[in-house]
Amino acid sequence: MKTPRALVPVLIGLVVLGGWEWFVRSGRVDDVLVPAPTQIGDWFWAAFRDGSLASATWVTMRRLMLGFVIGAAIGIPVGALCARSSLARDTIGVLSLGLQTLPSVCWVPVAIIAFGQNEAAVLFVVVMGTVWAVVIAVQESVLSVQPLYLRAAMTMGSRGMHLWTRVIFPAALPGIISGLKQGWAFAWRSLMAAEIFVVILTGFGLGSLLHAGRELLRMDQVVGVMLVVVLVGLLADLIFFSPIERWLRRSRGLER
Amino acid sequence: MSAPLSSESHSQLTLRNVTKRFHGRAGRVTAVEDITLQVKEGEFLVLVGPSGCGKSTLLSLLAGLEQVDEGSIKLDGADVVEPGRDRLVMFQQDALFPWLDALENVLFGLRLKPGLTDAERTEAARFYLDLVGLADKEKAHPHELSGGMRQRVALARSLAPNPRVLLMDEPFSALDALTRDQLYGDIQKIFKQRKKTIVLVTHNIREAVCLGDRVVLLSPNPGRVRQIFDINLPRPRRINDPALATLAADITTALSAHLEAPLEGLV
Repeated sequence: MKTPRALVPVLIGLVVLGGWEWFVRSGRVDDVLVPAPTQIGDWFWAAFRDGSLASATWVTMRRLMLGFVIGAAIGIPVGALCARSSLARDTIGVLSLGLQTLPSVCWVPVAIIAFGQNEAAVLFVVVMGTVWAVVIAVQESVLSVQPLYLRAAMTMGSRGMHLWTRVIFPAALPGIISGLKQGWAFAWRSLMAAEIFVVILTGFGLGSLLHAGRELLRMDQVVGVMLVVVLVGLLADLIFFSPIERWLRRSRGLER
Repeated sequence: MSAPLSSESHSQLTLRNVTKRFHGRAGRVTAVEDITLQVKEGEFLVLVGPSGCGKSTLLSLLAGLEQVDEGSIKLDGADVVEPGRDRLVMFQQDALFPWLDALENVLFGLRLKPGLTDAERTEAARFYLDLVGLADKEKAHPHELSGGMRQRVALARSLAPNPRVLLMDEPFSALDALTRDQLYGDIQKIFKQRKKTIVLVTHNIREAVCLGDRVVLLSPNPGRVRQIFDINLPRPRRINDPALATLAADITTALSAHLEAPLEGLV
């Protein structure tokens, strides 16, 4: 019988966890500094039961989704404009390229001064994290659409909006999706930074929970929240971006 | 060998003293110069010549994808200034949209044609897919089709909106010999059935003789009309027909003569 491919990695993972548990329990290391897997599990269970984990995850996800959607909604048309007009490209495009290299955590001080410790500030940071990457990706992928497609579509009478929605965007879609994925990753990092460094008075997210764990010297909580953060990132990729990318590649014959 | 410049009344597509220049890195290049031609209703005209003779440029001008610098191009008396449904193009690569299946690709042009219901459009698309022998492939995406099948879908796509003129830019050059021979047969069949005016660009002289009613020989640097051959062989023609091969050899000889001779000596 053929063994499933996941079996061996899972076994190795269990062995590592078991070794870790044994190592902490044997007293060779202070469990305040290095909590055992079961201690982290205990924290998970407690945080799950009192609802603090779910509420923090919800607060963070809501901020992330909202900021990402706004960022994409601004970034896609602006990127398209930059692809179309060389003036826009030389101004907004160049600005976007510059701001994209700025670590998005740098927007946190600006946001706090401008908006205060509230949702608007967090949202601003997330939008700033998303928008520039999306602008650049959309601009580049629209510019690299094969001219042959445009020529063919134009001879068949496609112009203006029809050309954009039926030819340019579908042709540029793979590039736009990777841009969105990158924007999402930037937004996620900037949101965590904002939540950890600043007490946002309007709601406690995962970053706040992580920060609280540090204040209380609760390494189990810190590691536990980190695991949730990893999980959220993985899930976004696994259930959203990867399926879209795979579908795109398959339907265009770039992957079997 | 004749160039009937007078009988303009029966001609549908008219080129008059057409000149087109490009500004490239190497300075100003005249791609085609002073070209005057008439394409008659229902005629299969082939533009043939070596690379650099401006034959593809000429086709882009006819398609309206490029604008003439001097002279004029008229279709049914109206100036050709932009791309239009009355002149559809089959490109060297198939130019099918990879995100659409075969049927949707054929429907693309039909959807832009006003005055049809969706049912009529779908019916027309199916009819043309059937005409090129791909009725069973309507759900296939371009990457699932062979090169020859893709060019067939492209042919169906350009025929479906029923253009006045079909423009073909070396559509067979990327195909293997066997597929190409099949397509020569298909094109002739469709040409006869649908009574289309076709302008084909190619560098393959045998192909030109096999398909064309008239073959226009262009010479390069700048692109000019050198000679026009009437091809009076009976249809359907087969590419391996000895009579066809003889005629092709004559044209090849004429082409080499033009290429070797100094320009002034001929004009």
